[in-house]
Amino acid sequence: MSNLTDLGVSAIRNGVLSGEFSAVEVAAAFNAKIVKAKALNTFIVETPDMAITAAQAVDDARSSGKPLGKMAGVPIGMKDLFCTEGVQTTAASHILEGFVPTYESTVSANLWKAGAGMLGKLNMDQFAMGSSNETSYFGNVISPWRQGNDPAPLAPGGSSGGSSSAVAARLCPAATGTDTGGSIRQPAAFTGITGIKPTYGRCSRWGVVAFASSLDQAGSMAHDVRDCAIMLEAMAGYDPKDATSLDTPVPEWEAGLNSDMRGKRVGIPKEYRMDGTDQDILDSWDKGIAWLKDAGAEIVEISLPHTKYALPAYYIIAPAEASSNLARYDGVRYGLRDLPDGAGLQDMYAATRAAGFGPEVKRRIMIGTYVLSAGFYDAYYTQAQKIRTLIARDFEQAFEKCDVILAPTTPTAAFKLGDKSDDPLAMYLNDVFAVPASLAGLPAISVPAGLNKDGLPLGLQIIGNALDEQGVLNAGLAIEERAGFVARPGEWW
Amino acid sequence: MNESSYRIQGNTGEWEVVIGLEVHAQISSQSKLFSCAATEFGQEPNSQVSLVDAAMPGMLPVVNRECVRQAVRTGMAINAQINKWSRFDRKNYFYADLPQGYQISQLYHPIVGEGSIDVTMNEKDPDSATRAIGIERIHIEQDAGKLMHDQHPTMSYVDLNRSGVALMEIVSRPDMRSPAEAGAYVKKLRSILRYVGSCDGNMEQGSMRADVNVSVRKPGGELGTRTETKNVNSIRFLMQTIEYEAQRQVDVIEDGGVIVQETRLFDAAKGETRSMRSKEDAHDYRYFPDPDLLPLELDDAFLDECKASLPELPDAKRARYERELGLSAYNAAVLTAEHETAEWFEEFLRANATAQGKSEADVAKQAANWLMSELTGVLNKLGKPLEESPVNQSQGAELLALVADGTISGSIAKQVFEIMLETGKAAAEIVEEKGLKQTSDTGAIEAEIAKIIAANPDKVADYKGGKDKLFGFFVGQTMKAMQGKANPQIINDLLKKALD
Amino acid sequence: MSIDSETVKKIASLSRIAISDAETTAMVGELNGILKWVEQLSEVDVSGVEPMASVIAKKSLLRDDVVNADPNTGGNVRDKVLANAPAKEGSFFGVPKVIE
Ligand SMILES: [Mg+2]
Ligand SMILES: [Zn+2]
Repeated sequence: MSNLTDLGVSAIRNGVLSGEFSAVEVAAAFNAKIVKAKALNTFIVETPDMAITAAQAVDDARSSGKPLGKMAGVPIGMKDLFCTEGVQTTAASHILEGFVPTYESTVSANLWKAGAGMLGKLNMDQFAMGSSNETSYFGNVISPWRQGNDPAPLAPGGSSGGSSSAVAARLCPAATGTDTGGSIRQPAAFTGITGIKPTYGRCSRWGVVAFASSLDQAGSMAHDVRDCAIMLEAMAGYDPKDATSLDTPVPEWEAGLNSDMRGKRVGIPKEYRMDGTDQDILDSWDKGIAWLKDAGAEIVEISLPHTKYALPAYYIIAPAEASSNLARYDGVRYGLRDLPDGAGLQDMYAATRAAGFGPEVKRRIMIGTYVLSAGFYDAYYTQAQKIRTLIARDFEQAFEKCDVILAPTTPTAAFKLGDKSDDPLAMYLNDVFAVPASLAGLPAISVPAGLNKDGLPLGLQIIGNALDEQGVLNAGLAIEERAGFVARPGEWW
Repeated sequence: MNESSYRIQGNTGEWEVVIGLEVHAQISSQSKLFSCAATEFGQEPNSQVSLVDAAMPGMLPVVNRECVRQAVRTGMAINAQINKWSRFDRKNYFYADLPQGYQISQLYHPIVGEGSIDVTMNEKDPDSATRAIGIERIHIEQDAGKLMHDQHPTMSYVDLNRSGVALMEIVSRPDMRSPAEAGAYVKKLRSILRYVGSCDGNMEQGSMRADVNVSVRKPGGELGTRTETKNVNSIRFLMQTIEYEAQRQVDVIEDGGVIVQETRLFDAAKGETRSMRSKEDAHDYRYFPDPDLLPLELDDAFLDECKASLPELPDAKRARYERELGLSAYNAAVLTAEHETAEWFEEFLRANATAQGKSEADVAKQAANWLMSELTGVLNKLGKPLEESPVNQSQGAELLALVADGTISGSIAKQVFEIMLETGKAAAEIVEEKGLKQTSDTGAIEAEIAKIIAANPDKVADYKGGKDKLFGFFVGQTMKAMQGKANPQIINDLLKKALD
Repeated sequence: MSIDSETVKKIASLSRIAISDAETTAMVGELNGILKWVEQLSEVDVSGVEPMASVIAKKSLLRDDVVNADPNTGGNVRDKVLANAPAKEGSFFGVPKVIE
């Protein structure tokens, strides 16, 4: 029998269905591998028993001839932003350390219903704020990738860095991620895996610790496009508990996969050719263009004039929403409480939040508080929301000329941990290509395009029109088939 | 009352009081504004709290349609502009009764805009002046939880049962000029809310409470700095608050001080207001649109249903009672002041019309008079509201029908009514048993008259001598002899025959 | 608009985050750097542009007024609500005494 941990979602699902191996065997294999990978610090909590229990249920269902779900027998990693009933959920923060939800997020519940099992809660940037996974209270996540034989730890990207690292290191065949301003696509690109953020509203936000409500969107991270499609199908769906959830049926994305791009127009946004972008990245972009042409697509140049304003607008809107969303962490109903001697209520809040939030979270709460404060609201927040309208309009006009947009996922390959941690702005710039689609709520995928000259993975991004996840997946598949990305990090840990 | 009549006499002369009210009215709904936890009053602490109301991580609000509907119907009832596009905003501040760290409210785009309410200073006195009090807006927002400070030496306890309950904040213009006027405004507002059914108006249970904005100025002068006294929960306290606060402000100013714009608290025990320490630090609420909620867009079908489902409102009802039923302004006012009274009366009206085979207009006066004199008298003695009247509408109508068709006299009707109250028996049955029917048996009456004439030769002589007034004496004697059951008209006729 | 340590202290207090003088000094630099960078937004002509109200155009869905229609968002779950409380006092959450 092949090495079970080398298998992806579809291979595991099919193998379990055909009886080639049991779900329990699969879960056990991944559990065993996780135990040996502590060096990567990908998991905050490991739940091997839950993985086995879920797998056992699938094996039992199969032997008693019951129909199996979309994710039957597939053990996955769950980003620690998703509330999981009975399992500590912290958003990688100290303030939520020890918080054990009495409820299950809609997305994770959907996955369990589909037959998936949980291997554990994945490390991440604290409250999903970060692009290198250096803001977790539970320590940095290490990328399994290394630059040649340089042992210096590399960033797995963020905020879904535990997810990207775990999938790349094959500690789980797939993992959930959340994307607020690139937090699925950028880590996927950094670690040579595939990650998709669907249209805003496809996946319910109910039970997902909120960062920026108008941007947060859950998605799937796995080895290839098909695996992402399968998992996203299981995660998505209308949820009446989320007022922003899309009341439209979930298409059968896996069944609809088709890499034939004939008759499709692929837009190349000229504004994405920014200085400061690695030559390797630009080269991979050109390769991507060639691959999609080869797949039959027509290439058209498009313009997204407000692209350069997307990132600054994002760094007003996201912190503003976060400053309010994180106000509930006050030490009254759950989580950390720091009550200095003789402290009053307001002192308790200030002490608790000072002790419970990391520096980047504090920084963003304070930016958000400032831009919303009296006298500045219009100059910052209203202005940013107007620019957001313009950015969405740019995409609308672009999609009159093309069906999908091809762009790099990130301006550089993975960097060393610590390289940017003391320069917030440099760190933020990582998401320059990812943020526009987030602001417009559009579906976007990152697929591996190859390695740069240092042997590190690079990703290509496909952005689609609202609700056109299928177009995004199909273009991604066309690239995947031609890129022939097979590189894997050596198991040095 | 006329605007300038209420004045505070200071050392520097007269002062005028300017009052604006922000009334928080709990919207009548089964479940909360953003979660499906129950809203029922007085339940076990934290038993009616959902994960949403407790602001657990990842919880999201979903708007309750009924709360929107009731706010719209209320807006329509005060002829206000209804905004088909409105939006929820977050008001950010930290307090132990506010789990989210923000209150979901509507600052920038409220659901209801400009409207107004006609307030009669004293609805019992049709001649007292009526003034239109402007309504600036009505917006929907969530209520906060409750803090208890007396349960523990060093701790306050938090009960979130009220957290997330839907409120309408009804914001008036600073149009009121006296405590009485403010009181009348709140009474009228409460009456309208009850007619509409959007709020039970129960101030004791906190379903309705007012933030009272008071400032003073020299009559007609520049507006002064206002203070806001929070959560005043009875009309009496409201008036006390205004009296105290206005006097305090005058004193401060005349002592050379200045009024600071601040939030104050009414201390019912002392009858005073005092600055609220917990709200001292200058607030910067950082309002912004709630990204968890989409804008509220109301379509015509929804608005049409709201309009169609509105009942006849007190002002319209009052006018109709005078116009179509011919009731006095006073009766019309009293009968329409409260929804329950009007409903009882209208049912009573139908019962009387049926019992007497007449139109409602023809029986209205009799019904109204009896309700407001006889029945109200009894209810006052029993200390019961009309809804708990021991005599229901059809029983009352049966009694009045007996008077109308001459079976019993008005005075007998009073006796019958008392027996009805004691025994719960039907009017006709009582009249039958006790033989209270009026008699028109001329023989019997003539016999009694003969006895009376025989017994009072002197009076008969005086009468014949021209003392016409004595006729009443003979009528009285006869009626007495007949135990009040004789038909008065027949007594008159027979006496005339016998005496003239 | 550039902010000083007083402003940072004010923001920290509005955010209910206790902050030391050293942190304040560091934060002044960082916040100014970020704010200076976002200033570029002011160069965009937004005349006649509405601020984005909802990301994906869709009608707001209203909930029916039914108590405990969904156990996940209904009441009668006091134990769940209090389960993680740092200071549970009987059926209440406890906080330092507040003077109103
Ligand atoms: Mg107020
Ligand atoms: Zn209010």
